[in-house]
Amino acid sequence: MEPIMVEMVSRPYASAFEKFAVGKPEILCLSADLTSSCEVDGFRDRHPDQFLSLGMAEQNMMSFAGGLGLAGFRPFIHTFGVFMYRRPYDQLMASIAYPRRKVRLMGFLPGITTPGGMTHQSIEDISVMRSIPNMTILETGDATEVESICEAADSIDGPVWCRVLRGSVPRLFDTPIKVGEMRVLSEGDDILVVTSGITTEEAMRARSALKEAGLSIRHIHLHTIKPFDHKQLLDHIGSVKHGVVTIENHVTEGGIGSLVAETMADAGVGKRLVRLGLKDTYAHGGSRAYLMRYYGLDALALVGGIEDIMGQKFGITEEDMEAARVDDVHSLVKAEAL
Amino acid sequence: MRNKKTSEEVALGIRRRVFEHSMRNNGGYLSQACSAGEQLAWLYNEELKLGDPTLPMIPKPFEGVPSADNPDYHTGAGYNGPFEPQYDRLFIAPAHYALVAYATLIEVGRMAPEGLEMFNKDGSSVEMIGAEHSPGMEVHNGTLGIGLSTGAGLAYGRKLKGEPGRTWVYMSDGEVQEGQTWEAVQAASFHGIDNLYAIMDVNKQQCDGAMDSVMEVGDIKTKFQNFGAVCVEIDGHDINAMRDAVKEPHEGKPLIILANTNPFHSMPILEERFPRLHYVRFKSEDERARMNVSIAKDLGVEPIDYSH
Repeated sequence: MEPIMVEMVSRPYASAFEKFAVGKPEILCLSADLTSSCEVDGFRDRHPDQFLSLGMAEQNMMSFAGGLGLAGFRPFIHTFGVFMYRRPYDQLMASIAYPRRKVRLMGFLPGITTPGGMTHQSIEDISVMRSIPNMTILETGDATEVESICEAADSIDGPVWCRVLRGSVPRLFDTPIKVGEMRVLSEGDDILVVTSGITTEEAMRARSALKEAGLSIRHIHLHTIKPFDHKQLLDHIGSVKHGVVTIENHVTEGGIGSLVAETMADAGVGKRLVRLGLKDTYAHGGSRAYLMRYYGLDALALVGGIEDIMGQKFGITEEDMEAARVDDVHSLVKAEAL
Repeated sequence: MRNKKTSEEVALGIRRRVFEHSMRNNGGYLSQACSAGEQLAWLYNEELKLGDPTLPMIPKPFEGVPSADNPDYHTGAGYNGPFEPQYDRLFIAPAHYALVAYATLIEVGRMAPEGLEMFNKDGSSVEMIGAEHSPGMEVHNGTLGIGLSTGAGLAYGRKLKGEPGRTWVYMSDGEVQEGQTWEAVQAASFHGIDNLYAIMDVNKQQCDGAMDSVMEVGDIKTKFQNFGAVCVEIDGHDINAMRDAVKEPHEGKPLIILANTNPFHSMPILEERFPRLHYVRFKSEDERARMNVSIAKDLGVEPIDYSH
């Protein structure tokens, strides 16, 4: 197949955060010993007055950020997503979420975007955040969304959980995140495909092959997971004949698959739903492409989900997909091999 | 509005109110009034620089939790006065000391006595475990160990803004078993947060009993110093010692005052209940009656008529 010509952007967060934060003294950049890993090392060096190193002490960092919020600051916490909710969940609840502090939780390495294995992969964070009252959830799926995540997050009157991509990130979109909206990437009428984060690119890879198989796909991409426009989703579901496939870089319990399922059940929609993602399992360490194939999060898995709903095989193979990007584990655009 | 009473008188008044409340309700956080009376009296009556209360003397009922749909939400911090740069702020980290803290507010004229009648009643904001919306509270602290970190963050932010007001955290010694307390001290020291002050009720008690039987914590003073705080140890029933302790130089470091206290100070009959002093619920009518007579005598009041 003909490859999509995708522009790759190097470290989009680094420049976007700096551009956003400079000149806003009420914005503070917090880090827990993963400063270069979260692409804010340049900001630290150039703007030390807005940078605060809190060390490997996340429990303190969360409550400390709550205190900064109380003092009128809007802290952006930078670390790997897992480290911001698993150990310091109590602090996240009591010091940030309950009092609606304007703390922006910039969670790097969402899902299986890291070979760091179980301890580094935030595979259930969306599920956790969806169940926290007062929390807003945003997820980035391309360089443009990474570039606009700071402004989007900072527009929220309350805490915001962000899944942020780092390193070399493809540019898929040309408009910034508009909180509360969803992107309609194709408007077919057979199957609705719902993606977010890195699975959006996978669905785009399968686009031509599915078209050639005679399928009309409606594809929507979610950057805003909470709050959520249920009515708009129902309109899209109502526009397709056969059913819905969700595919997410997350466990299928509590993430966007659950979000779609709940929306359908609440409205009494009787269409088929196939939820793809990590199926009640932890992942392990490996390259992104390997993990997406192994756990069924890639373009081929999506085709399988569509075949399930349609009750027929289309004979689509990996060779029919548009070019996959192969990331070098030891790429210079990442601070370390994680 | 301060110094109408001496801090010793305020401490006695706190104990009388907590005693009366506990007798009438067949139990309460009596021991915390014994240990904390002087410290809270000293803070509110002398040391804290606070403006006049901004909330009604008789607390409003519970008006909902923080949410986008509750735009009029406010905390109970208004009982400590307005948020202005020159004023101090206070967090009560062990939120189960709420009964004692409410009694203090009444004694220093920041809340009406009717407020204590609302304690732990359904629909009331005067909650048993002090919530954000409870009188005198500004943040949730019921999960022990988060108070000092929150105070450090607030103090750092106020320092950045050039506000002269201090941030105080009232702590309990059981909190040093939580790792977060040590994370907070090291961060406050590393970032030179010297507008952060804490006074800790070292009564050596926790929910299960005497701390040494639950988890030994060693020499707290040395540990705080090693983590970067300036730490002063005093007799927690000696108000003059508090007045001196707060003068300790601590440039670039938080100041932590360890107030060594007696968990049955001024109510010696409570020693019968040692080592389970966390919440004293009378075990029998006989015990209730004996304690009523004994403690009333110690506090110089008539026994409480709790028959109706």
